[in-house]
Amino acid sequence: MSSEENLQETDTEARFEFKKEQHSAFQSEKGLTEETIRLISEDKDEPDWMLERRLRALKQYKKMPMPTDWPGQPDLSELDVEEIVPYIRPDVETRGGAENWEDLPDEIQDTFEKLGIPEAEREALSGVGAQYESEVVYQNMQERWEEKGVVFCNMDEAVQEHEELVKQHFMTKCVPASDNKFAALHGAVWSGGSFVYIPEDVTVEMPVQAYFRMNSEGMGQFEHTLIIAEEGSEVHYIEGCSAPKYGTHNLHSGGVEVFVKEDAHVQYSTVQNWSKNTFNLNTKRAIVEENGTMEWVSGSMGSKATMLYPCSILKGRGATDNHITIAFAGEGQDIDTGAKVYHNAPDTKSTIESKSISKDGGRTNYRGLVHIADGAEDSSTSVECDALMFDNESTSDTMPYMEINESKVDVAHEATVGKIGDEDVFYLQSRGLDDDDAKQMIVAGFIEPITEELPIEYAVELNRLIELEMEGSLG
Amino acid sequence: MATIELKNVHAEVAEGDEQILHGVDLEVKSGEIHALMGPNGSGKSTTSKVIAGHPAYDVTEGDILLHLEADDFDGIDEIPESARTWDLLELEPNERAALGVFLAFQYPAEIEGVTMTNFLRTALNAKLEERDELLFGEDEDEDEDDEADAGYETSPMEGPADEGEVGVAEFQQLLSEKMELLDMDAKFAQRYLNAGFSGGEKKQNEVLQAAILEPTIAVLDEIDSGLDIDRLQDVADGINALRDEQGTGVLQITHYQRILDYVEPDTVHIMLDGEIAMEGGPELAEKLEDKGYDWVREQVYNAA
Repeated sequence: MSSEENLQETDTEARFEFKKEQHSAFQSEKGLTEETIRLISEDKDEPDWMLERRLRALKQYKKMPMPTDWPGQPDLSELDVEEIVPYIRPDVETRGGAENWEDLPDEIQDTFEKLGIPEAEREALSGVGAQYESEVVYQNMQERWEEKGVVFCNMDEAVQEHEELVKQHFMTKCVPASDNKFAALHGAVWSGGSFVYIPEDVTVEMPVQAYFRMNSEGMGQFEHTLIIAEEGSEVHYIEGCSAPKYGTHNLHSGGVEVFVKEDAHVQYSTVQNWSKNTFNLNTKRAIVEENGTMEWVSGSMGSKATMLYPCSILKGRGATDNHITIAFAGEGQDIDTGAKVYHNAPDTKSTIESKSISKDGGRTNYRGLVHIADGAEDSSTSVECDALMFDNESTSDTMPYMEINESKVDVAHEATVGKIGDEDVFYLQSRGLDDDDAKQMIVAGFIEPITEELPIEYAVELNRLIELEMEGSLG
Repeated sequence: MATIELKNVHAEVAEGDEQILHGVDLEVKSGEIHALMGPNGSGKSTTSKVIAGHPAYDVTEGDILLHLEADDFDGIDEIPESARTWDLLELEPNERAALGVFLAFQYPAEIEGVTMTNFLRTALNAKLEERDELLFGEDEDEDEDDEADAGYETSPMEGPADEGEVGVAEFQQLLSEKMELLDMDAKFAQRYLNAGFSGGEKKQNEVLQAAILEPTIAVLDEIDSGLDIDRLQDVADGINALRDEQGTGVLQITHYQRILDYVEPDTVHIMLDGEIAMEGGPELAEKLEDKGYDWVREQVYNAA
């Protein structure tokens, strides 16, 4: 049966689950050797300094032990990086991404059509990038932004076209390869991702979006996203991810670095819907200067295990951080997410809202750290985590660490854990909703305080994903 | 004309074997108002819950039947003959709701994050869809096609195009009319379902939901408790309107004569120890107010 026929016969879940036959132009060997890294860098025609950074990162990766000593961390023992194919270049003529969907091979075009990306681009976005396997295959931005000096291109192209900016910011002060084992791995084999540059005082009104699609079995995707928002600028960057389900494990280990300059405002939103064979281990960090604002919005829906703790370093006086995270864990899933904030200057402010849902034996964990440095006076932080469990088999943990080294601060923390109420479900059933719909409505209500802060299209998408997750495990 | 019929209903708590109902016989027809009275613990609330299908109770003996006539549902010309008598005990709570059985809760659940408008429209559409399925059988092929279309042709950044039988605009019109009728503030429509409502507001909301869902049979469990006199009047108006305008049959569970002054029952049933012990006209409620349940007990047990 061709994949096309296959698609016709499946239901909505197939929207993310469908697979395409793999046609690639270049594919690295499994595992990690210096030789592999050199090949990737050569295939990309990179400058020497980037190759050197990759090789240094590889050394760091080899030296660092797998993290196994975190309290309650997800089990990574099934993840064998040596079995992962780190780099696959799809068979696309245009390097750096086509500007027209029609220029892409049918199967790739078809994939993104199914995911609804071209339509969203027409209606609600300033720009779109789409990555297939290891490379960005499509990149486009409305001209009016280009005219104002906004850059939205794929990361590989940025290495060539914006070399100085990249050399200065790429895995140097924000997320150095030495940060953790998977950041080091990422530094060695990264490929694709987005580069976003917003000049001073430019406000990009509609969001820019990147979509990362992993299609091949047993591969790793390591896209790198670098966002630089100059003084007084504003941008909303959205990232979507998905992969079809396979028997062997995939690895996604993205890196995100955000530089929020004085008075700038960056929102980074992501809905991750990896298939349930994917290990999702990311490092995302922002450095926020004086009076800048960083907003992280994360929906972690899929994957076998996720470890993701977006971090803001509030470096300048008056800097602000907002974190919103939603996690959903079904059968066999361990979603370990949270937030990290470092208050390194006075008058800084952070708010963290986390909602998690677990069912059918899934586990969610909120793991967070708020650090307030000595001297960061008049800073405030508020952390709120709520967990909803569907049944007695599911687990929800909360680990909100606080390190407060300054006395003149305002700290608030609240956590609730509850099971979905039988009386609530019966009440809705008695009005005509069936058991599944009743539970779905309760879950939608549970995350409502968060979805109401999202752009409407995005909130709808999130609700739909949760519906799919719930149908999948209920059916 | 619809009739709900309880025949010799025995029920116990599902976890445990405490028997609460010992053979309840009761019949309520469209357009009638029945009062069900009785002391605490006599089984009134349990009766209401087994009618609605609460999973915490098991019916161990007896039947709960719903009889429909051909033209009982507005918008449906003729209910097929094979779909006119229903054994409610075989149906899920939402299927009972779809056939027009409504329970107004004594303690309605509070659902955070779900607006009244969203909830009620979803419920109304779910009810109409389920009712069609029950009466005319499922048309699965069509449903699946719809879903596949929704999956592929709409963007993931949009909601499903499918709006249900009652669209947003039509529903808002309906909701504001019913709210006005019950003298409810328009801002209720955007509040979360019962969340932070006062006791009285919750009761008003139960009657509003009945007005929207247009039940054939409504069981109202202590709808009058916690109501001040003004709101009691509003709620009573709502109940009378259900009966007068929609022909709903009402089974009203209450401790007090007070609401019966506003909603005059055709029949009063008095429950003792899990059975209907005495029945009569509206005057029975007055007598009860005068003489108390001990009098009923004396009458019943002396006679027996």
